[in-house]
Amino acid sequence: MSEEKARQQLVRFKDTAAIIEVLDIAYDMGIRTFMCTTHDRIGEVCDHMRADRARYRNFIYYPCMPYAHKYANSVSQFGVLETIQRFSTGGVVNTLLRGAMGTLTRDIYVLMRLLVDSEMKRFEGLNTPVIFVQNVVTDLLLGMKLYSVFAEFDKYVRERYGAEAGFITMNLPMLLDALDQVGVENPIVCSNINKIGFRMTGGIDAYLEALRTRRCRPIAMSILASGAIPPNEAIEWVCRLEGLQSIVFGASSAGNIRQTKELIECVWGTAPLTTPATPS
Amino acid sequence: MAIRVGIVGAGKMGLSHYAIANALPGAAVVAVCDTSRYILSVLRKHVAVDTYTNYEEMISEGRLDCIIIATPTATHFQCTKYALEKNLHVFVEKPLTLSPVESRALSELAIQRTRVNQVGFHNRFIATFQEAQRLVRAGALGTVTNIRGDAFGQVVVKEQSSTWRSRKAEGGGCLHDYACHVVDLMNFLVGPPTRVAGARMQAIFSKDVADAVSAVFAYDDRMSGLLETNWSDETVRKMTTTITAYGTKGKLIVDRQELKLYLRSDCRFENYEEGWNSRYITDLQSPVRFYLRGEEYSAQLDAFFEAIRSGNMAHENSFASAYETDRVLNLITEANEANGGGGRA
Repeated sequence: MSEEKARQQLVRFKDTAAIIEVLDIAYDMGIRTFMCTTHDRIGEVCDHMRADRARYRNFIYYPCMPYAHKYANSVSQFGVLETIQRFSTGGVVNTLLRGAMGTLTRDIYVLMRLLVDSEMKRFEGLNTPVIFVQNVVTDLLLGMKLYSVFAEFDKYVRERYGAEAGFITMNLPMLLDALDQVGVENPIVCSNINKIGFRMTGGIDAYLEALRTRRCRPIAMSILASGAIPPNEAIEWVCRLEGLQSIVFGASSAGNIRQTKELIECVWGTAPLTTPATPS
Repeated sequence: MAIRVGIVGAGKMGLSHYAIANALPGAAVVAVCDTSRYILSVLRKHVAVDTYTNYEEMISEGRLDCIIIATPTATHFQCTKYALEKNLHVFVEKPLTLSPVESRALSELAIQRTRVNQVGFHNRFIATFQEAQRLVRAGALGTVTNIRGDAFGQVVVKEQSSTWRSRKAEGGGCLHDYACHVVDLMNFLVGPPTRVAGARMQAIFSKDVADAVSAVFAYDDRMSGLLETNWSDETVRKMTTTITAYGTKGKLIVDRQELKLYLRSDCRFENYEEGWNSRYITDLQSPVRFYLRGEEYSAQLDAFFEAIRSGNMAHENSFASAYETDRVLNLITEANEANGGGGRA
């Protein structure tokens, strides 16, 4: 997204009410799933949904964590250790002495659990059947070959939240191999899938083959390739891909949501859709 | 055989380089050096690398082909020099050093030892900026008379003094940590200025360093340049760098997303028409073999490894080119001091 467009969106969505209005439009059109980063303001949206459970009974959240900017800025400013202290849930870590914390979080799985709990706090009492890891973290772990963290995350969100793990990535074929290695079966994976192969690392052919042949539940994002492909052409192509069943799209107006939904339904008939609405 | 990589400094950039270097075909990270025993213990436990708290020890064990240095800038000189003397190829984070004299010495040493020597000015690997350079060099703008470079972002938006980035002696501050990218991009497009005609460095929230830098560049008699950077601008979501170039045939505005080219009448160039033209990153960027945070981070390390394999010393972002950037940063500091010191150095 361009800075100018980001600025306009910031002005428009200054009040959380404006975000909720867009969500209401999507919800009333039958879109039930909302994919969101764990941006600070999502807490206010969650409060609103909790306050009116009857209206939002069927509303589904797909949290994507972490909201990368806040961590990246913090690591630059304060370093890794202090960042962990700042963002992990209060009672658990802050009461520990620095040395004790070092020992505790040396186990990277314990650290992962602390951070997940801290991000999930704001979703308490809401329906979060899939919890996603953002691509910057997925791909960092992938490159460092810390594959076991994927399996631990998968296990933890199942046990603690009764949810499934989802992984957002810019390197889908490579990630599927890694998940295979650590026994994460039939994974939910979300990646760029678009007609021009934009940010489909490994090549468009490798992606299409993965969709056809790998046992996974893929979600297509960036189907318009940042606006490089006209919507009807983009959607027509992506909806006809063998092995693809879900699409996530960003939209901020009723017209836009309706148009995208209708274009998809033209090819798919009615299908479960997801839509993000917070800045990512 | 895979290129064996050592990482010095496992902070944000070090870990990012770690992941990319390790994922690219033909390379593998085998050793990591950091002062944080915490980070090292995590790596030791979960990843198959050797860990060190002393880079001399890591290098002298002789198992590495190259190192990637991502430590505070003030430590770059010693570490790079040591690695070159032990015949390692070196990739070092930007800027190269805090002193043009040291940067030139490193460049000469690398050439003498025929070691690949690259600095992490990653913007040069973004296709929009590459296309802008191609257009300028090919004369699409005619004679370039004015160039403007600016960068805004929200790095320091409140008072703080907690890491090396806020300490001048270690290479913190908007000049060396932020403005350097813009200066380097301006150099990339039109070559380095001969003089800095004036500069002001302004503290906003920092105690020891500048948060905003403004400067006027002179390029002989033919061209003028203007630099404006401010990393305390909380209206900008993430670092936004824009270069504008004015020539006798038109004008060019480029950032990481888009290149806009205006050509005057009778000045069409290749498939760029008269009037406004736009090219987006989606049209221009080549795919990379692993993606993390942006194509440019992978592309620069891929180029580094390719230069090692081919022995090509004429690669992008050499120490010699980074020296030119450090020289301009030094001229900015001097011009600021000549003006009475401004807000903060």
